[in-house]
Amino acid sequence: MTTSKLDSKIPEGSLEQKWSKYRSTVPLVNPSNKRSLEILIVGSGLAGASAAASLSELGYKVKVFCYQDSARRAHSIAAQGGINAAKNYQNDGDSTYRLFYDTIKGGDYRAREGNVYRLAEVSSSIIDQCVAQGVPFAREYGGLLSNRSFGGTQVQRTFYAAGQTGQQLLLGAYSSLQRQVGSGNVKMYARHEMLDVVNIDGVCRGIIARDLTTGKLERHFGHAVLLCTGGYGNAFYLSTNAMGCNATAIWKAHKKGALFGNPCFTQIHPTCIPVSGDHQSKLTLMSESLRNDGRIWVPKKHEDAKALQENRIKPNDIKEEDRDYYLERRYPAFGNLVPRDVASRAAKERCDAGFGVNKTGEAVFLDFAFNTIRYGTIEANKKGIHNPTEAQLIELGRGVIKEKYGNLFDMYQQITGVNPYEQPMMIYPAVHYTMGGLWVDYNLMTSVSGLYCLGEANFSDHGANRLGASALMQGLADGYFVIPYTIGAYLSKEIGTKPISLDHPAFVEAENAVKSNIDKLFAIKGTHSVDYFHKKLGLIMWNKCGMARNATHLKEAIVEIQELRKQFWSDLRVTGTADEFNAELEKAGRVADFFELGELMCMDALNRQESCGGHFREEYQTEEGEAMRDDENYKYVAAWEYFEGNKWEMHKEDLIYDNIKIAARSYK
Amino acid sequence: MEKHLNLTLKIWRQKNAKAKGNFEAYKMTGISTDMSFLEMFDVLNERLVNDNIDPIAFDHDCREGICGACSMVINGRPHGPKNAITTCQLHMRSFNDGDTITVEPWRASPFPIIKDLVVDRSSFDRIMAAGGFVSTNTGSAQDANCTLISKEAADESLAAAACIGCGACVAACKNASAMLFVSAKVSQFALLPQGQPERKKRVLEMVAQMDTEGFGACTNTGACSAECPKEISLTHIARMNRDYLMAELC
Repeated sequence: MTTSKLDSKIPEGSLEQKWSKYRSTVPLVNPSNKRSLEILIVGSGLAGASAAASLSELGYKVKVFCYQDSARRAHSIAAQGGINAAKNYQNDGDSTYRLFYDTIKGGDYRAREGNVYRLAEVSSSIIDQCVAQGVPFAREYGGLLSNRSFGGTQVQRTFYAAGQTGQQLLLGAYSSLQRQVGSGNVKMYARHEMLDVVNIDGVCRGIIARDLTTGKLERHFGHAVLLCTGGYGNAFYLSTNAMGCNATAIWKAHKKGALFGNPCFTQIHPTCIPVSGDHQSKLTLMSESLRNDGRIWVPKKHEDAKALQENRIKPNDIKEEDRDYYLERRYPAFGNLVPRDVASRAAKERCDAGFGVNKTGEAVFLDFAFNTIRYGTIEANKKGIHNPTEAQLIELGRGVIKEKYGNLFDMYQQITGVNPYEQPMMIYPAVHYTMGGLWVDYNLMTSVSGLYCLGEANFSDHGANRLGASALMQGLADGYFVIPYTIGAYLSKEIGTKPISLDHPAFVEAENAVKSNIDKLFAIKGTHSVDYFHKKLGLIMWNKCGMARNATHLKEAIVEIQELRKQFWSDLRVTGTADEFNAELEKAGRVADFFELGELMCMDALNRQESCGGHFREEYQTEEGEAMRDDENYKYVAAWEYFEGNKWEMHKEDLIYDNIKIAARSYK
Repeated sequence: MEKHLNLTLKIWRQKNAKAKGNFEAYKMTGISTDMSFLEMFDVLNERLVNDNIDPIAFDHDCREGICGACSMVINGRPHGPKNAITTCQLHMRSFNDGDTITVEPWRASPFPIIKDLVVDRSSFDRIMAAGGFVSTNTGSAQDANCTLISKEAADESLAAAACIGCGACVAACKNASAMLFVSAKVSQFALLPQGQPERKKRVLEMVAQMDTEGFGACTNTGACSAECPKEISLTHIARMNRDYLMAELC
């Protein structure tokens, strides 16, 4: 049942009318009142930058905080493949409903209908907005926008800018943000990290931030606070996230009353460059768009796999009939374009069965040879070359592949030292995205009044698995088109609230708590670095709360994390001082929070006795190894409430499907 | 195949903006050729922490060559010996056993040093705030396909927009000129219909801010483009100069 803490505030009415009705009836704030309302935005990625620019354009006073040296460096920049929108420019049967349906199904029926329909509805406007900003999307020769396919869909609705779509969209949002900075409406606080929220009488009224250059703690008041700080994949240490990505902002908010939704829903991306050694600091993604043109395979025979692992043969030595294109075999309808969770598990299954193809046995091939020839043939026809030789076809085909994915192929070669035009890529799944996050209602407000959460940091739209090219869509939808409306519902009642003095006891108390936490970290004076503990935590998380989970492992993980956390707080060494640029101190604070979040992720995974999306419990699978969802008992959002001393209580928000018939998710 | 290297690192250490800096030497042993350059720094910093020495501060984040945070001058070259990559993409297989490697921060007065290898590049943000945008408010856009843009123009615009704002161009330039950075943004918009209404205003305002920040003049040596991790072409500087002249004259 849904507890009273969890009112999702989904508007009444038919699915198609919820958002348009809401927009027409939501209370407004008049322009002169907007000028006296202050909004604090933490994080400057797609969600944060787009929200900051849009709210500033409306007239609100905005402050933006980011830990990087510039807003332009937020990790949204690393998104490669594209952004979905239900434009139906390809005339291939796309519609708002179909994008909505694909997203709900892709999320394994664990997301809210109302939120997801709104997302699909505003998706088109995002593309319009970005083009108006001068984002150079890929074009056809006729001048129209180009599209490509992504996993979990059968239409071409993904807009892209080579393999750097996230970069171009972020720079678009960043340029709009800088325009507002230039006009004086936005004040930018780069190299600042939020270390706590300040609540007064249960309402969020500000934040405590640390200036990372000087170490000074600062108090900031806001009529509303927006957390747009991205995901928490770095709880696993190794992930495709940037080194600085962290959960601290949302975790501090959680400890001050914001419920945490579905913390165990993490996405393992199937196509990442495999781990090369103990020194590994992060994992690099190879865009899902590569699965448009790459075929995934491992050898059929164990002896071939063994020979590959021992580097005795090359992939091209294995005959066509001895290759197992396992995704095409298991999922003929979607083939290499099955959703990420399905592709990741299938890779793990083959590698666990001994068919892995690199020295560690944890890699599969992503092979472009077939499509190189196919493209070469098309090019040869275009150029009027009759009876081309195979070498000619390969050369022509590689030209096409280079144009589509050149930067990704170069990146692969830099990291591995292997030329992917000549040999298939080796890939393996890695932690990529977190569907879980702070619980928010339809307005994107957390369970704390005045505290909002946008983008990957919230739990809202992707259920138990996110489809490719939907993260950019959600981040920008939240920032450009949702929050500018929904925040009015709250701020229209705040116009009488005068700025609260920064000497208010709540600010003083919050700053003192932050300071004492920093002092505590320095006072340990132990023997091991932050990274030492972070790596150990990451291994527990990956081995026991990663791609496959079971009750025994999860229970062990909880105990191991608690043990390790005790060691962390008794044997950590933080060098330097608090009043200077100190990366070790920054990392220590973030890892301390990951320790607590990691435990909650395991608890949530243990509670959810079903397999759905990215959450695969080994106890709940079919004989063929497919996930077994339990709609009768687990068709809910698990929203966790924090209590002093790392204790939690779970609240349930039932998911109601009025418009979609829930079915087993099949891509066969 | 993986090999292991013994190296000497000479790294610029500077406690803060006001302190005097100097090179410190560090011996490294058994460094895997599969490691990235920054992973070697992780190894060194772990050792320094274990020895109770303040680790080396350096900017880095995505470690996949796109955020533009990393910024080391390695053996005299911004982002190191290989072309068209950032420091974080540089791998140790590009070095030989026994090498001495010198590592310095970006050196340019508009990029003051904060600590060790970390510099302040907020001058780039201020140039962007002066005009690096198309003035369009959220919600006012027409349908995206109403504007036809030739594939050639879109591709050329994207090639300019690929700039990651790392500042290697400035670090490479003997004049500490920011012309490549500024021209990349000017050019991106100059090539697109969306950029036309503000084309003249944009170039004048961005160049004025660039001068205010204290970046030097361009003397066409081309070091910026040669060291640019995204291979931004000098033709963008030519386009910006032409636009600037037109804007001044007309």
